Amino acid sequence: MGWFTTFTRSSIGKKFIMALTGSLLMIFLIIHFIGNMMLYFGPKAFDTYVDTLETIKPLIRVIEVLLALIFIFHIYNGLKLWYENKKANPKKYAVNGSRENTDIYSRTMAITGVTIFVFLIIHLSTFWATFNFGVHPNTEYPYYTIVTHWFQNPFYSLIYIIGMIVLGYHLNHAFESAFQTFGWNHKRYTPLIKKIGTIYALILAIGFASIPIYFFLMGGK
Amino acid sequence: MNGNHIHLTLNIWRQETPSSKGNFEEYKQNVSPDASILEILDEINNHLEAEGKRPIAFESDCREGICGTCGLVINGHPHGPLPKTATCQLHMRNFNDGETLYIEPFRAAAFPVIKDLIVDRSGFDKIQQAGGYVSFNTGSAPDANNILIPKQIADLALDAAECIGCGACVAACKNSSAMLFVAAKVSQFALLPQGQSERYERVQAMVKVMDENLFGSCTNTYACEAECPKGISVSNIARMNREYIVAQLKTEELAH
Ligand code: HEM
Ligand code: SF4
Ligand code: FES
Repeated sequence: MGWFTTFTRSSIGKKFIMALTGSLLMIFLIIHFIGNMMLYFGPKAFDTYVDTLETIKPLIRVIEVLLALIFIFHIYNGLKLWYENKKANPKKYAVNGSRENTDIYSRTMAITGVTIFVFLIIHLSTFWATFNFGVHPNTEYPYYTIVTHWFQNPFYSLIYIIGMIVLGYHLNHAFESAFQTFGWNHKRYTPLIKKIGTIYALILAIGFASIPIYFFLMGGK
Repeated sequence: MNGNHIHLTLNIWRQETPSSKGNFEEYKQNVSPDASILEILDEINNHLEAEGKRPIAFESDCREGICGTCGLVINGHPHGPLPKTATCQLHMRNFNDGETLYIEPFRAAAFPVIKDLIVDRSGFDKIQQAGGYVSFNTGSAPDANNILIPKQIADLALDAAECIGCGACVAACKNSSAMLFVAAKVSQFALLPQGQSERYERVQAMVKVMDENLFGSCTNTYACEAECPKGISVSNIARMNREYIVAQLKTEELAH
């Protein structure tokens, strides 16, 4: 086996792939977040933003394919690690001490990951599919109308809110964990990295979740 | 016997053979607060033997927190609930009168139970044999302090060298990962000049054997550091990740 295969099959290599793909996804989330915030600047601002993306569609398609690959690597590796780790630890203790020696964010990475995956499917099959291939409403600002329309549905909005809370949990551990996996642990900077990770997770989770809440309360305006 | 004994209910894991199912057995015991948990097991065993029953099998050697043989899981915590304390150093004064304790063996696919509270930790030996050593020429003893080592580096290496190879990190981990143990061994040598000749082969060889012996991978939950009787820091795991990644770039293939 060449060094590359040896590396990617090793426990540390698999974690490296998780951290690398996860970090790329975290960067993507920031860009996605900024885009979503256009909604708060009104129908015109949001539709102008989406129209701008439309003009560079070929580039967007390339990015989408890359993004899909990154997601697939992250999810495949995550599930594989989960399965292997379950196999490495098949028996539980009579008393569960994990509440005292770990935090809930790190303990639940696999379950929050799978929940995000389910959310992702719902998200893509509604918004992404409608934006790209759906029938657009015959209004001046069709994209904005699609968003406000979906979020009038309380169940749909609730799915988004739950999805974003779960994402926040995943990210709170993910940010700091990626640094550790890359080998960056420092007496002074690691506590700071943990704080930045929590702030990142909070801003993204609250910011993303504010959209369905806001538009649901606005009643489709 | 003085009057300040405390009464404890001990549920202790009994398992006759590696393949038998095993179960908890309850022992009600009046214990001295000054006794260690191992001394309580000794006492119970004296009673059991007097009654002609099979004593509880458990491991211990130094009973002063340095040999690493005595790991038990007490109420879900390897080496018990007290931080930075080996099982043999855990005294009954840390428990309250009337408390119920669950005492069980380390549980991990890599550490199969041999009997009662004894597990097979030979996976650790295999990892050590793969790279937990330094090569040097024998001959006359070298002069002391011949090789200069900065104090900060020596401190980090000695902190890592504190690992007693007890396996509590594996027992505490939800993935039964041996990363803290292996990271301590890798770090101790990677930091020192004496460890440089095998530096990158060592980390590859030790990780390879670790992966082959049913240990899981690291999710960075840090349960290991919380339960380690020697307080080995997870910064060693970051160092090992670094060493391993750099090793890929430095050596094309593992030299056999
Ligand atoms: C936008 C979405 C996501 C982002 C930004 C993200 C980011 C990350 C990051 C940075 C890590 C830390 C890697 C490390 O510990 O070194 C991680 C770990 C993990 N992710 Fe994700 N992730 C996302 C979605 C998912 C999905 C959909 C799954 C589905 C299974 C998933 C499963 C996991 C698992 C299981 C781990 C822990 C791996 C381990 O330490 O054993 N993640 N994620
Ligand atoms: S790292 Fe700590 S818990 Fe793990 S084997 Fe060494 S001393 Fe025991
Ligand atoms: S018996 Fe040696 S460390 Fe406990």
